[in-house]
Amino acid sequence: MLKIDNLQVKLEDEDKQILKGFSLEVPEGEVHAIMGPNGSGKSTMSYVLSGKNGYEVTGGTATLDDMDLLDMEPEERAAAGLFLAFQYPVEIPGVGNMTFLRTAVNSQRKARGEDELSAADFLKLVRAKAKSLKIDADMLKRPVNVGFSGGEKKRNEILQMAMLEPKMCILDETDSGLDVDAMKLVAEGVNALRDGKRSFLVITHYQRLLDHIKPDVVHIMADGKIIKSGGPDLALEVEHNGYADLLAEVA
Amino acid sequence: MPALSRKTAPAQLDLREADLPKGGKWITEARKNALGRLHAQGLPTRRDEYWKFTRPDALNAPEVTPAALLVTDEKPVFCDVDRLRLVFVDGVLDLDKSDPLVMDHIEIEPLKDAAARDIHWAKDLFGVLEQNGQNPVARPFATLNTATAEQGVVIRVTGKVTRPVSLHYMRTSETADAVVHNVIRVETGGDLTLLENGPAAARLNKVLEVDVANGAAFHHIRTQGRDHERRAVAHIFARLGHESRFKSFTLTVNGALTRNECVIEMLGDDAHATISGACVGDGASGAFHQDDTVFITHEGLNCESRQVFKKVLRNGATGVFQGKILVKQGAQKTDGYQISQGLLLDEDSQFLAKPELEIYADDVACSHGSTVGAIDEAALFYLTSRGIPRPQAVDMLVLAFLAEALEEIEGAEIREDIHQRLEAWVERRRG
Repeated sequence: MLKIDNLQVKLEDEDKQILKGFSLEVPEGEVHAIMGPNGSGKSTMSYVLSGKNGYEVTGGTATLDDMDLLDMEPEERAAAGLFLAFQYPVEIPGVGNMTFLRTAVNSQRKARGEDELSAADFLKLVRAKAKSLKIDADMLKRPVNVGFSGGEKKRNEILQMAMLEPKMCILDETDSGLDVDAMKLVAEGVNALRDGKRSFLVITHYQRLLDHIKPDVVHIMADGKIIKSGGPDLALEVEHNGYADLLAEVA
Repeated sequence: MPALSRKTAPAQLDLREADLPKGGKWITEARKNALGRLHAQGLPTRRDEYWKFTRPDALNAPEVTPAALLVTDEKPVFCDVDRLRLVFVDGVLDLDKSDPLVMDHIEIEPLKDAAARDIHWAKDLFGVLEQNGQNPVARPFATLNTATAEQGVVIRVTGKVTRPVSLHYMRTSETADAVVHNVIRVETGGDLTLLENGPAAARLNKVLEVDVANGAAFHHIRTQGRDHERRAVAHIFARLGHESRFKSFTLTVNGALTRNECVIEMLGDDAHATISGACVGDGASGAFHQDDTVFITHEGLNCESRQVFKKVLRNGATGVFQGKILVKQGAQKTDGYQISQGLLLDEDSQFLAKPELEIYADDVACSHGSTVGAIDEAALFYLTSRGIPRPQAVDMLVLAFLAEALEEIEGAEIREDIHQRLEAWVERRRG
């Protein structure tokens, strides 16, 4: 599914290397988690994969089902099945949430040569999915993320994910800023999308999220690359001992 | 005799009384008065402070620069709105194409008919509000308009008018040089919605004088036609009574040169005025220069005024905003708000803004803001990361930017009509 090999990335405007030989493979249907101290390059990795400006790839490859992600525009990556749930979802005044969702869904369908959803079909679909995430009609009507609480923003990310039905979902600290109940709700939303084929890459600081979204593999990232990979127990180890021991191991 | 030196005096200043249109006593006096004022003022030149950002040359040139007619199969703006429609062709009122001038609580009369009489109620407004609005800044094109206009309508509103009156300006000539002067009196208890749409002429000089009496309401929504090469200078002069409401919204899409001046005098207490505008300019289809110049004078107590202007500019387009709020001594509890924003889609375009506040009362709340910026890259990335192609995402953000100005339009049906037009135009441009 997602294959990243020796990815090297620097900031476009500065001589600062962020990813230093990052390699990772997430097979179909698996959930992988990435943990790591602040500044290790986790968010940058998610931005580079989804095509954000401001980064320069100086080496390595990233493919989704053998398609070269790095050669595609952000919208092409999305249509190819990549989805990033933002750590800080952007507020867009003046663009209705519903209009945004419908435009996104239909843009992707169009790009894949599928028929666009009719307004009625779309409405039916979005209402059903919104309900399970406890997103009310008012939130759908409001401008994208404007005035949403932290929890509402994250639920809105999951709603987009549910509507767009991507193959590969990257969740960038989706648990940050959430209380326990909101985290459960979000985790349930994610688990509902686990169908044995869809893959997930969950970036988090805390083991707690992984109690709700059970990973197959846990990776530890530091200084721009993966330094250790293991089973779910690795997350527990970090929770108890912090990163210091792991960092010392590789030093 | 012309006050300006011959070197800079445009041809219009050669006008003599004998050249003025013939009419009844009241209008002849108004025209003579205006001609005298015009000679004293002269026409604007580039050296005029008030015309610093906009070159008046094409507006006061002796010859009209021809403007190609827009060929389109789309239906005109407001065509689905239930309204009483008056049609102007190249700036000339065409009664055969217009609806009968009959509706409850309103009297509509061609200016030509009113002008033929010796006595008319319009005497108290025609050229009068215009002249009031010439201080402290001269507005010579409006003076010229009063002196020479033969076309237009005079409207008296005596109650709530249920259907909007719509002035539809068509073009058939590439060189028409039109002067249109409309006068509206909304009497106490009156309520009128006025729609204006269309490019009117290759060169248009239009004046609208509106007297909104105590407790009356006037809503104005206009679109200025999408013909690329047309040029226009338009003035609104409004006088507001106690507890009156005035709202005017203008959509400018295309046009080589547009100067919209709006002069509001808030005379009575507890009145409300909103002047707003959305502008979409593309310099690639020839020139695009659009200028909103607003002057609001607060005299009454406890009045509220709002100015909301949004301009989207690309390919060397220029947008200008000059907005002033003058709060006179004694105009306590004034609430004045002004925002003007430019969205530049490239580095070739420019937005020039001159917001001004002049306040002589000590218990007022006035705020003004002016911003200019590019598309928000974070928002753009968010939209594209969801699969929306970049050009479409840009358009969504453009429409979102303009939305704040559109929200000032009263009446959901008309607001939606304007919104859908914009959406369609933006979509077609994208191809």
